[in-house]
Amino acid sequence: MAELLLVEAVNDALHTELERDADVMVLGEDVGRAGGVFRATAGLLERFGPQRCVDTPLAEAGLLGAAVGLCLAGWRPVVEMQYDAFSYPSLNQLITHVGRYRWRSGGRLAFPITIRMPYGGGVRAPELHDDSPETYYVHTPGIKVAIPSTPADAKGLLAAAIRDPDPVVVFEPKLVYRTARGEVPEGEHVVPLGRARVARSGDDVTLIAYGAMVGVCERAADVVDASCEVIDVRSLRPLDEETILASVAKTGRVVIVHEAPRTAGFGAELAALVAERSIYDLQGPVLRVTGYDVPYPYWSLEDAYVPSVERVAAAVETLVG
Amino acid sequence: MSDALTADDLLELHRRMVLLRTYDERSVVYQRQGRIGTYAIFWNHEAIQAGATFALRDDDWIFPSYRESAIGLVRGLPAQTLFQWWRGHPSGWWNPADWNVASIAVPIASQIPHATGLAWGKKLRGEDTVAMAFFGDGATSEGEFHEGVNLAAVMGAPVVFVCNNNGWAISTPLEAQTKARALADKAIGYGIPGVTVDGLDVLAVQEAARDAVDRARAGGGPTLIEAVHYRAAPHATADDPSAYIDQARVDEARANECLARFERLLTEQGVLTAERAEEARREAEELMRAGIAAAEAEAPGDPELLFTNVYVEPPGNIRRG
Repeated sequence: MAELLLVEAVNDALHTELERDADVMVLGEDVGRAGGVFRATAGLLERFGPQRCVDTPLAEAGLLGAAVGLCLAGWRPVVEMQYDAFSYPSLNQLITHVGRYRWRSGGRLAFPITIRMPYGGGVRAPELHDDSPETYYVHTPGIKVAIPSTPADAKGLLAAAIRDPDPVVVFEPKLVYRTARGEVPEGEHVVPLGRARVARSGDDVTLIAYGAMVGVCERAADVVDASCEVIDVRSLRPLDEETILASVAKTGRVVIVHEAPRTAGFGAELAALVAERSIYDLQGPVLRVTGYDVPYPYWSLEDAYVPSVERVAAAVETLVG
Repeated sequence: MSDALTADDLLELHRRMVLLRTYDERSVVYQRQGRIGTYAIFWNHEAIQAGATFALRDDDWIFPSYRESAIGLVRGLPAQTLFQWWRGHPSGWWNPADWNVASIAVPIASQIPHATGLAWGKKLRGEDTVAMAFFGDGATSEGEFHEGVNLAAVMGAPVVFVCNNNGWAISTPLEAQTKARALADKAIGYGIPGVTVDGLDVLAVQEAARDAVDRARAGGGPTLIEAVHYRAAPHATADDPSAYIDQARVDEARANECLARFERLLTEQGVLTAERAEEARREAEELMRAGIAAAEAEAPGDPELLFTNVYVEPPGNIRRG
C-alpha cells in the first residue's frame, strides 16, 4: 500500500494499465508534454512514448470519433476530456456512435473506449470548468459510468473501465484531486463496476452520493443528531441496487445528494428506484439535495450552489426531527 | 484513359457500376412497392463510388454515409443484407470487420473521424492500411469534417476523403453551404493535397483516388478529393425536389449520366460489347431479385435483439421498460 492523492492514484492506474496491456493508449489535449492540466497523465509520454500518450488538436468530437476508429484498428483508447463542460462537443459521437456501434454491428464488434474527465465544482475556476454532466452520459444507452470518491477507487475503477469491453466514462472529482488522500494498493488493482461502497454504517438515515459529495455526506453525518449510513454509489451504470435497497430497508429514510441540477438528475433515478422497490420500507419522503436548475454560477457564488454540509444536515434533520 | 487499367480492370469497373446502378434502381421500385422503407437514392453517383473504391485493396477500409449505403456490393457484401438495412431488419447489420466496410453513418460527417482513427491506428501498428471516407458537400460545413480531416493531417493518417459534391444537401444548394470557390480548396487550410474531379467520369475519379491512395500508403498523409456533379435524383424516396431543383441541370446530368458515358467509351475502345453489357445487367438484376427475395423470406427480427448486442457485459437493468 502507498498513500496517494486521488489524482496520483489516477496516474498510477494509467501507468499500470499501459504497462499491462500494449493496446492501451492515452489521447487528449495536453496529456503528453504537459502531463495533463491536473498532471493526471504525467510521466506517460516519457515512459510509453508519443504513440501511446498522444497530444491531440483541440477537437473533442474528433477525438472521440477517432477513438471509434482506433478501436476498429485494435486499440483500447483512453480519451481525456480536459474538463467536464469541454466534453459537450463530443456528445454527438457518444450518442450517435460510441453507444450504438456494437449494437449496430450485430454484436460482432466491441468498443472498449474509456473516457475520463475531471468534473464538479468548488475549485474557484472560470465558467464551464465546474459542471456535473453525468446524467447526459448515464442516459445514453451503451455507455457505463463510474465515479470514484477515494484514491483507491480512483485507481481501481479506472482500471476496471480500461479493462471493460464496453465504453466506460469515468468522472473524477476534481475538487478532491489533491485533498483526498488514502491507501492505494500497489500494482494491479481493480474495483469492479457495479458495486457500491458503504462509506459509513448507520441506522437512521441513508445518505446516497458519489464523487465529492460523499465527503460532504460524511461531514454532515458527523454533525447531525442521527446515525447516518453513507452509500458511495461508485458506479452509476451498472448500478448496485441491492446495496442501496438493503440500506434503505435498514434505515427507512433516504437523502440523495449530487452537484448536478435537480431535474432529471441521477438522484431522480435513485429516488424512483427506492419508490419502486422499497416504498414499504420508507418512513418519510425521499429527499434530494442537489444543484439548482440554473447554470453553474460564477465562482464567487458557487458555495451557494454546491450542496453543502449544512444543506445535507438540514435534510437529515427534516427526516428524523 | 488510365494507363494502369487493363481491359479486365475496365470490365470489372463497369460490372461494379452496373451492380450499384441496378441496386439503386431496384431499391426505388421496391420502396414504391412497400418492400423496403424510405431509401436514399444514389442514382448517377456510381462513378464516384465504384471509381474511388477501385483504387483500394481489400484490406483497406471504406467509411460510407447513407448515400453510399450499397458500396459494400463492390466487395461482395450480399444485396440481401443491404436490402434488410433499408427494411429496418436486424440482419441488415453486418460485421464491418468482415468486409472492411464500416456501418452506414446517418449523422452527417460523423463517420469522418472514424476513418481518421482507423487509418491512424493502423499506421501506429505499422500496417499500411488506407481508409476512405465518403461524405457529401453538406458535410463539409459540419464540425466533424473539420476535426476529422485536421486530425488526419496532423497525424499523417493514411486517409482519402472523398467528397461527393452533387450540389445539394436536400434542398440547400452549394452556394448556401460555402463561399469557397471549390470544396477541394478546403484542403489548403489543412496543409494537404486537394483535387477536384468530374464526378461523372469514373476513370478520372479512379485516377485521383489511386494517386491519393498511393500517397497515403507511402506515408504522405491524407488527400481531399472533391467529385463534382449535379444531383439528378431526389435526395430520398420521401423527397420531391421539384420545389427547389433546377430541372434543366437535372436533364443535363441525366443526359450525361455516368454509366452510359462509361459504356460509350468502353464500346469505342472495343473493350465492351453489347452482349457483355447486357450480361452484366442481367447478372446484377438476378442478384437483386435473389437478394430481395431472400430478405423477404427471412423471419422477422427477434425482439430479443433489442437487448443482446448493446453491451458485451450488459448491466442488469436494461430489460426494464
